[in-house]
Amino acid sequence: MFLSESFRKIASDGLWNNNIVFGQNLALCPLLAVTGTATNGLGMGLATLVVITASNGLISLTRHLIPSEIRIPIFVLLIAALVTLVDILMNAWAHELYKVLGLFIALIVTNCALLGRAEAFASKQPVKEALWDGFMMGLGFLLVLVALGAAREISAAGTVFANASLLLGESFRFLEVTVIPNYKGFLLMALPPGGFIMLGFLIVGKRLIDQKLATRKVPVTVLTPVIVEEEL
Amino acid sequence: MMVHLKPSSGAHVGAKSSVSQIMWQVMLALTPATVFGIWCFGWPALNLFVITVLSAVVFEAFCIRLAGRAAMPVILDGSAVLTGWLLAMTLPPWAPWWIGVVGSGLAIVLGKQVYGGLGQNLFNPAMLARVALLISFPIEMTTWANVSPLFFSDSPGLVESWRITFAGLENLDASTGATTLGYIKTEFSQNRLLTDILKDYSGFLDFIGWTRGSMGENSALLLGLGGVWLIRKGIIQWQIPVSLLLTVVLLSGVFHLIDSEHYVGPLLHLNSGAMMCLAFFIATDYVTSPNTKTGQLVFGSGCGLLIFVIRTWGAYPEGAGFAVLLMNSATPLIDHYIRPRIYGRDRKGKPLEIPKS
Repeated sequence: MFLSESFRKIASDGLWNNNIVFGQNLALCPLLAVTGTATNGLGMGLATLVVITASNGLISLTRHLIPSEIRIPIFVLLIAALVTLVDILMNAWAHELYKVLGLFIALIVTNCALLGRAEAFASKQPVKEALWDGFMMGLGFLLVLVALGAAREISAAGTVFANASLLLGESFRFLEVTVIPNYKGFLLMALPPGGFIMLGFLIVGKRLIDQKLATRKVPVTVLTPVIVEEEL
Repeated sequence: MMVHLKPSSGAHVGAKSSVSQIMWQVMLALTPATVFGIWCFGWPALNLFVITVLSAVVFEAFCIRLAGRAAMPVILDGSAVLTGWLLAMTLPPWAPWWIGVVGSGLAIVLGKQVYGGLGQNLFNPAMLARVALLISFPIEMTTWANVSPLFFSDSPGLVESWRITFAGLENLDASTGATTLGYIKTEFSQNRLLTDILKDYSGFLDFIGWTRGSMGENSALLLGLGGVWLIRKGIIQWQIPVSLLLTVVLLSGVFHLIDSEHYVGPLLHLNSGAMMCLAFFIATDYVTSPNTKTGQLVFGSGCGLLIFVIRTWGAYPEGAGFAVLLMNSATPLIDHYIRPRIYGRDRKGKPLEIPKS
């Protein structure tokens, strides 16, 4: 592997072990609000990925200048500046997606996961590690958003990535798949309760996999029978 | 002669009834209304009933096996059968088979087993499933078959009934219509007055159950009798049903007196919809209702109030399911504020003063 041990640990933490949603149970508000479809999840995930990587880098870069007494307001200001940039850029370049996600882009400012990474990681680590951590955390969050969006979309409407070409451009038309043709539609899953229910199932799935991995990792100790000659 | 009594544990009073006995007695009380309902709506109703109860048992067994326990004793306690039974009572009798299966899955898996099984659930599983189905599949859940009793000419035959249950109903308009409450709600929106709407309404037929609706909605008489029998047997207490029905009667009575053309009278409220089934069989669920008698009075009248409000001003013609779920969520709060007095202490929990002799 080209990655050193610590970088690999940051990656596995961000993607799986300490995943923003599965591990830390943070950022549930945007998670549940925008994951009605996989496309929306992808859009929100990409926006958050950009912001969290940039904010981690920026905060790590300025960590020696920030007085610790007022660090939280400064973190929020830095994040807000970045979110404003992303917000304006998305409005210009991905207007359709921006119309769907609307308020939730601006609300990335209040996403506790970003502040959490800034406080727990970026403010104490060098720039390279902080950027890598932000990217991996963002990627982990993006994967959960897409997985949850896809699961809800399949159960609610029988499709995956519907309207992806409208939102992301013609080249993404290949993503649009109708999984279950002639599906009646299970409306509950598209509504907020469906988000909670499906998230519950995904977390159960993650823990089941963790359990399986844990039992596999335990070294099998074979007790070899030792025959002791009894002394008489 | 000296008798040595060595107490090995605290003094406990053993109750005669077990979980399964209670469940089977509730089912027995439901039987007259169910048999009448199946007779009214013919073989499709029986198909759906069997499918719903069987799939509830299968889901229960699956969940228990998943938890690594033996499924048989849990299934024999009858709670899954009763949940499936109650759910089947609240479904449109000619609904397709998958409504029953999805409903049972929602009730048993999401309504009961994810909380940890019998006794742990926050919400009444059957009502949770019914409301989830109603929100998800509004068309299937509001297609009400006409009364077409078994062994009469317009009742579908056995083969025909399988087609209705497994392939879906064709020619809807010929064999279905609105429930009384649904009809009144629609006609109100056309600015018609109540005396005009209810020209053809017969309170007596509605009372014995000769009306469109789910099996748990049609016979107020038989459901009420079953409920009264349960109270006589001591399975349920009178507090919840009486406070629930009384609240609805009082509210609808007052509004009906004020404006009899726009507010439905108390008799129609009691007769129609899931009122009786709810008051006696669903709101009285031990797990999801308050523990104290005062709390149960609060719970019952809360249910009654919500039913009246939803029926009168809400978007849905029948609000029984929503009302029970809302009050279920208030149950922990009621139990927090209304507590039983501890023996030897006053209401506030302070020890009683011991009189000096």
